[in-house]
Amino acid sequence: MRWLHDIDERQPMNVKFINPFLDGTVSVLKTMAFVEPRAAKPYLKVDNLAKGDVSGIIGLTGSATGSLALSFSEAAILKIVSNMLGENIKSLNSDIKDAVGEITNMISGVARKHLEAEGFYIQAAIPTVVSGKDHSITHVLGGPSLIIPFEIDEGTFVVDVCLNE
Amino acid sequence: MSEKNIKVLIVDDFATMRKVVRNLLKQVGYDDIVEAEDGVMALKALKTHKIDFIISDWNMPNMTGLELLKAVRADAELASTPFLMVTAEALQDNVVAAVKAGVNNYIVKPFTAEVLNEKIKKIMDSIGK
Repeated sequence: MRWLHDIDERQPMNVKFINPFLDGTVSVLKTMAFVEPRAAKPYLKVDNLAKGDVSGIIGLTGSATGSLALSFSEAAILKIVSNMLGENIKSLNSDIKDAVGEITNMISGVARKHLEAEGFYIQAAIPTVVSGKDHSITHVLGGPSLIIPFEIDEGTFVVDVCLNE
Repeated sequence: MSEKNIKVLIVDDFATMRKVVRNLLKQVGYDDIVEAEDGVMALKALKTHKIDFIISDWNMPNMTGLELLKAVRADAELASTPFLMVTAEALQDNVVAAVKAGVNNYIVKPFTAEVLNEKIKKIMDSIGK
C-alpha cells in the first residue's frame, strides 16, 4: 500500500483517498455547474490558512475519520454558482455561501460512495461555510491535509482532505 | 391528470439547492412548485396545499428526509403521496431504511433534469397517474 507521508510520519494519508475526492469534485461541478475543472498535482498542506476566499468544510466519521474542505477563489465560485442557478451573481452573497455548503455536501457524498466500494463506510455531518481573505480551516484531526488544486477558466479552487483510518 | 400538471413540493434546507431543483423541474415542464426548508415546514405545506409529489433531501436539520417520509406515510391523508428522496450518497443502509419506510424511489446528487424527469415519470407510471 502506498502512502503520502513526507510531512508527518505519524499521520500518513492513504492515497486511496485521493481519487474519490478528485472524481467527486469533477462529477459534481460538471453535472451541476457545467464546468470542467482541471486538477493539478496533489500536495500536503501543514498550515491552517485557506487557499481561497470562501470555504466549505464537512466532518467525516466512520471507518475513516477527518474532514473535507473546499476553498474557492471569488472568481471561480461566482462562475460556478452563476451556472448552477442560471443567474449572473456578482458578489459573495448568501446564495454563494449556501451553494458552497451544498457543493461540499455533494462532493463528500460522491467521494464516500466511491470509498464504500473500497471498504470504507463513512458518514458526513452538516457542512459549514466560512469566507473572507486568508481565513483559516481547522481540520478535525489537526494534522497535515492533502490538497488537490483545481482550476477552471475563471479561477482556482482546492479540495483539502484530512482523513485517516 | 397529466403528470406535468402536478403540484410538486421541494424540501431542502439549502435555498440554492431548492432553486437548482426548481430550475431542473421547469426545464422538463413542471411549473407548479412549492418549497419547504425542512421536514417540519414540509408537513405544514402538505396540510395547506394539495401536493401531488414530494421531492425531499435526506440530510436536513430539525427533521430529516427519512423522518419526513415516515411522518407522511403515518398520516392517513398524506400516506399515498409519491415521495422521491434526494441524497448526496447512495449508501446501502440509507437506501434500505428509505425503502422500508415506503419511499417510491431515490435520486443521488448530482443529477440532471433528464434523470429527475425519468424518476418522476417512473414513479407516476408505477402508481397509475
